[in-house]
Amino acid sequence: MLIDQVLFYVLAVLILGSAVMTITRRNVVYSAVWLISTLVGVAGIFLLQGAEFLAGVQVIVYIGGIMVLFLFVIMLVPLEEEASQRRFSNQKWLALATGLAVLAMLAVIVVRGIGSLDHPGPAPPPGPASLTQNSEAVGRVLFTEYLLPFELASILLLVAIIGAIVMSKARRRQTES
Amino acid sequence: MEELLANPYVGPLVLTVAIILVFPLIVGYMVLAERKVLADLQVRLGPMRVGPYGVLQPLADALKLLLKEDIIPARADKWIFWLAPVLSVFTGLTALAVLPLSDRLYVADVNIGILFILAMSSIGALGLILGGWSANSKYSLMGSLRAAAQMVSYEVPLGFATVTAIMCAGTLSMQGVIDSQFERGVWGAFDNYGLMLIPTVLFIIAGTAETNRAPFDLPEAESELVAGFHTEYSGFRWSLFFLAEYAAIVVISALCVTLFFGGWLRPFPNVELLEIPFNTVFPAGLCLLIAFGCLKGVGKQVVPGFRFLMAAIAAAFLGAAGLFVLPLTNELVIGLFWFAFKLGVMVYLFIWYRGTFPRFRYDQLMDVGWKWLIPISMAGLVLNGAVQLLARG
Repeated sequence: MLIDQVLFYVLAVLILGSAVMTITRRNVVYSAVWLISTLVGVAGIFLLQGAEFLAGVQVIVYIGGIMVLFLFVIMLVPLEEEASQRRFSNQKWLALATGLAVLAMLAVIVVRGIGSLDHPGPAPPPGPASLTQNSEAVGRVLFTEYLLPFELASILLLVAIIGAIVMSKARRRQTES
Repeated sequence: MEELLANPYVGPLVLTVAIILVFPLIVGYMVLAERKVLADLQVRLGPMRVGPYGVLQPLADALKLLLKEDIIPARADKWIFWLAPVLSVFTGLTALAVLPLSDRLYVADVNIGILFILAMSSIGALGLILGGWSANSKYSLMGSLRAAAQMVSYEVPLGFATVTAIMCAGTLSMQGVIDSQFERGVWGAFDNYGLMLIPTVLFIIAGTAETNRAPFDLPEAESELVAGFHTEYSGFRWSLFFLAEYAAIVVISALCVTLFFGGWLRPFPNVELLEIPFNTVFPAGLCLLIAFGCLKGVGKQVVPGFRFLMAAIAAAFLGAAGLFVLPLTNELVIGLFWFAFKLGVMVYLFIWYRGTFPRFRYDQLMDVGWKWLIPISMAGLVLNGAVQLLARG
């Protein structure tokens, strides 16, 4: 169990350190690389908690999909010009307030939940390469208990996709005429 | 000693070190095989000078790459330039960890084996993109942009084909997929009354695109982009990219073999009658054939050292034939043999595509990906699901 704790703190330092680096770098590509490092750290935390499926999906979706697209767009931006502009706009105070609100929410959850820490849940199965039924459990819950939110999310995504196509088509028609 | 072997961490650790040590050598010989096969397709001889029939060429190439001057372009981004090849090769080698080499030879059999491989290959793609950007060169940047667009597009049909296979097998564990094919008595490719052939073909096409191999090698199209994303890389860094590319080929081929062609199972694993022909006669005969060919080649060599080398190779293959004949050793190596044999066939196919198909144009590439492969792969998923539901109840 000691190794679990050590790993947790290593990952925590990785996540927080990378997150700070992400928002302080002047070069956008560096920000993206540090963000990738943050996301890998979060996947590591999922693994540590025995949620292998979530860890795999985290890497595939966020790093393999979203970050690749981010980098694709960043590469088309002239970096010198971008770096000379002001990074933090007037939303600074709003952002600070939002951050503090989230922090307060998390603090409430931690303080309320601290009592249950005295009774740790069932220990994860020991040894390497243990075959838990993690993905099966996620799938079953997703398609029974959480079916409605799941379908709502997919409809939202569909609407977003169609919206993106409509908007890009409209702009093309404008430039053509 | 026995205590050491019983420790669950020792076996995988030894295998990991062995893979990292041996894999570059295997890649070297894959490159030699590629050059020889391509030469044969184009009616040339290929490398012939270093060693008999060029068998020592990979060692010479490796030495050359290691001793070359390491050049970083003047306005390149040094950190990212350093990070990109490391990222590629690291993820490529890590993905090898979940490959089931035989029934007892694997580093780890995890519940998310297939997801793990896909995750590693998607991180590896970042190495390609960052490497092209950091070099501060137009050609490299174009290569990177193409790589990014291609990876994102072809990951979708690859994913759908994989999901279909997973649905057929009912598990995400690599060993579990092979076990399910053994239980159902049919390779994944021919399951569901042959309907699984759709995802099989799609997987091979999308896998070729995902590994940036011809005819989908637009990120490094040499006729228009010099060498694409690795234009500015040379020496050791370049060889790391090369290693990563071949690691990706091995991983995709191994995934294909595992999902659709029975992994380390022999053909017709449930037919007792074929046990001896497939598990003894075929591998031993293959080794004997190669040994015989090498022995015939001994007489043609003029240099004494080359003669000795040919004779040594022949002896090694004779020894391998002996391994397959003895029942005790046969049991140990037969799984690995079938896995390596099927993998070899897949890699040979990859080389074959490169020798026969002309490169796609960029718009054709996107057309094939989005307008053909993705709809067909979705239809394949639905069709296979329906058939499976009806047939298995």
